[in-house]
Amino acid sequence: MGKTRAFDVTTLPGFTFIAILAFVLLYAPIVTLVIYSFNGGNSVNQWGGFSLEWYAVAAQNEAVQDATARSLIIAVWASVISTALATMAALGTTRRGKFTGQTVIYVIINQPLMVPEIVTAVALLIFFSSVKVATGYSGLGYLILAHSAFCIPFAYLPIKARLEGMDTTMETAAADLYATPLQTFRYVTLPLLLPGVIAGAMLAFIISLDNVIITEFVKSAGQDTLPTYMLGQLRRALTPEVNAISTALLALTILILTLFVFVTKKRG
Amino acid sequence: MNTDIAIDARNVGKIYGSGAGAVTALGDVSISIKKGEFFTLLGPSGCGKTTLLRCIAGFETPTKGSIHLSGTDITYDPPYQRPVNTVFQSYALFPHLTVAQNVGFGLKMRGAAAADVAQAVDRVLALVKLEDFANRLPQQLSGGQQQRVALARALAPEPQVLLLDEPLSALDLKLRKEMQSELKRLQAETGITFIFVTHDQEEALTMSDRIGVMSAGALLQVGTPHDIYDRPTTRFVADFIGETNFLEGSVEDHQVRIGTGDLLAVPLEGETGPVTLAIRPEQVSVTSAQADMSGKITDATYMGTDTHYTIELKDGSPLVARIQSKSTATFDVGDTVGVAIDARAVQVLKS
Ligand SMILES: Nc1ncnc2c1ncn2[C@@H]1O[C@H](COP(=O)(O)OP(=O)(O)OP(=O)(O)O)[C@@H](O)[C@H]1O
Ligand SMILES: [Mg+2]
Repeated sequence: MGKTRAFDVTTLPGFTFIAILAFVLLYAPIVTLVIYSFNGGNSVNQWGGFSLEWYAVAAQNEAVQDATARSLIIAVWASVISTALATMAALGTTRRGKFTGQTVIYVIINQPLMVPEIVTAVALLIFFSSVKVATGYSGLGYLILAHSAFCIPFAYLPIKARLEGMDTTMETAAADLYATPLQTFRYVTLPLLLPGVIAGAMLAFIISLDNVIITEFVKSAGQDTLPTYMLGQLRRALTPEVNAISTALLALTILILTLFVFVTKKRG
Repeated sequence: MNTDIAIDARNVGKIYGSGAGAVTALGDVSISIKKGEFFTLLGPSGCGKTTLLRCIAGFETPTKGSIHLSGTDITYDPPYQRPVNTVFQSYALFPHLTVAQNVGFGLKMRGAAAADVAQAVDRVLALVKLEDFANRLPQQLSGGQQQRVALARALAPEPQVLLLDEPLSALDLKLRKEMQSELKRLQAETGITFIFVTHDQEEALTMSDRIGVMSAGALLQVGTPHDIYDRPTTRFVADFIGETNFLEGSVEDHQVRIGTGDLLAVPLEGETGPVTLAIRPEQVSVTSAQADMSGKITDATYMGTDTHYTIELKDGSPLVARIQSKSTATFDVGDTVGVAIDARAVQVLKS
């Protein structure tokens, strides 16, 4: 009896061509952006020799420094808060059996993935402006809260996946060995869940770092993050400084994604 | 109040789920397990052994009835408050902790001082002969070693009762035999009450002080291995433990007349009417000479030290005899032979 060959997409005619085309379309613009970040001239599309000039300009630009600091502060807080909430949500949805309203809970947790971002942005703008009037507070808290909210589903998914792959007999064994529910979480569930939690936090961090739409609507005057600062620059003369900032962001993202892959691969 | 009783289960019932999908795992089980006893729950798959164990450990709450530990009602206590530990069938060792940390886990959770934990871990690891493996992770151990870590982990907090749910089923035959005597030794050395679950009747017979035979959520018979083997009270127990011939008959004149018309002087305790006789193959002897009864050999199976003969009696009912292979006479299929039954050893079951 001959073995039936598994269907292999790479044998289809034109596969190589389409694959190359897709890669070119995806990466050509990014490669161009990275190359022109090293442009010595003033243009983002006319080469004027290799130089690190624009990295220096960006690094010395106080507006860029402020925006970077703000972006990092918001991303750190948002990933911590959203990961904590997502961990609780994941425990609640995987460690207590089926319950009525479970689907509703899933929808609520994943709501930021489904509702158009612009709708959430407008809603937050209107809501927060009344809160600002009522409280007089206009600090970074609004941005941190908004970012925390839309980061939850991204943090939730890897944590939930990890929990679902974890057998509950570990927790049963801990309870058998005199661990209270809190001790069980502290000494057994959390250490085993940690790769999922770290992966969730990293995803949340990147998503927060990258956000434009909601940030643009929610920020008060002088609260630019790196992406909204760059958006603002578009309205003026575009210089390779934007390329340099983008390339730096790209490098950071790649670094975090690489760590993410390592962390999630080490499971089990 | 009897102070010799470790676990006292009274009318325990457990129903999983509700409505149309409800499963009755335990009907109405009452059992008293003595302190320091090696007690085995024996029964076929799905009869509720694990469920009873989980109720004692506190992982399940009985639907009815109560469970007492040394006289205290623990039915609704959470597992972490019960001085009862479990050896899980899958071992359930914590993969992120070393052998020593696994073994010390229970004591640490109970708030013992680090020095006391370390001392207890050393002592228990020595007990299971794993001193040299203290700093390994569970995945760096063989199956048999993991098994002993699981045992050490459950013994370290010195529970009043140790529950073992088919702990040996994942081991190969040789290792299983080794662990069986290891378990007996540990039980004798620690004096802890062991409740052991198995569906292997030989394991149950060789290891236990007493056995409880379960079937379909009910406890059918409790007794010593001798009681269970020699004096089964139900057809299920007689059939489940060892090999048994069943002959139908009826009581006549303080004897039992079986289908062939022969009368057997079996021990009766006031039974009347139709009865079932449970006859072990070793209680049947076969001769070439005339005997009480006769039959024809339809099958002979050589099994090393013994040979099993299947004999068709006059009324067509089959009877299996176990004869030592070394015995003087051997028989062939088709031979007509004399059959004698050691009537005093026959067990009479109500039909
Ligand atoms: N969580 C559960 N939900 C529903 N039914 C269950 C559950 N656990 C066990 N059962 C059912 O209860 C009955 C008894 O199961 P139990 O696990 O106690 O059997 P067992 O004697 O341990 O069997 P085995 O020898 O196969 O381990 C079975 O019919 C089983 O399908
Ligand atoms: Mg079981």
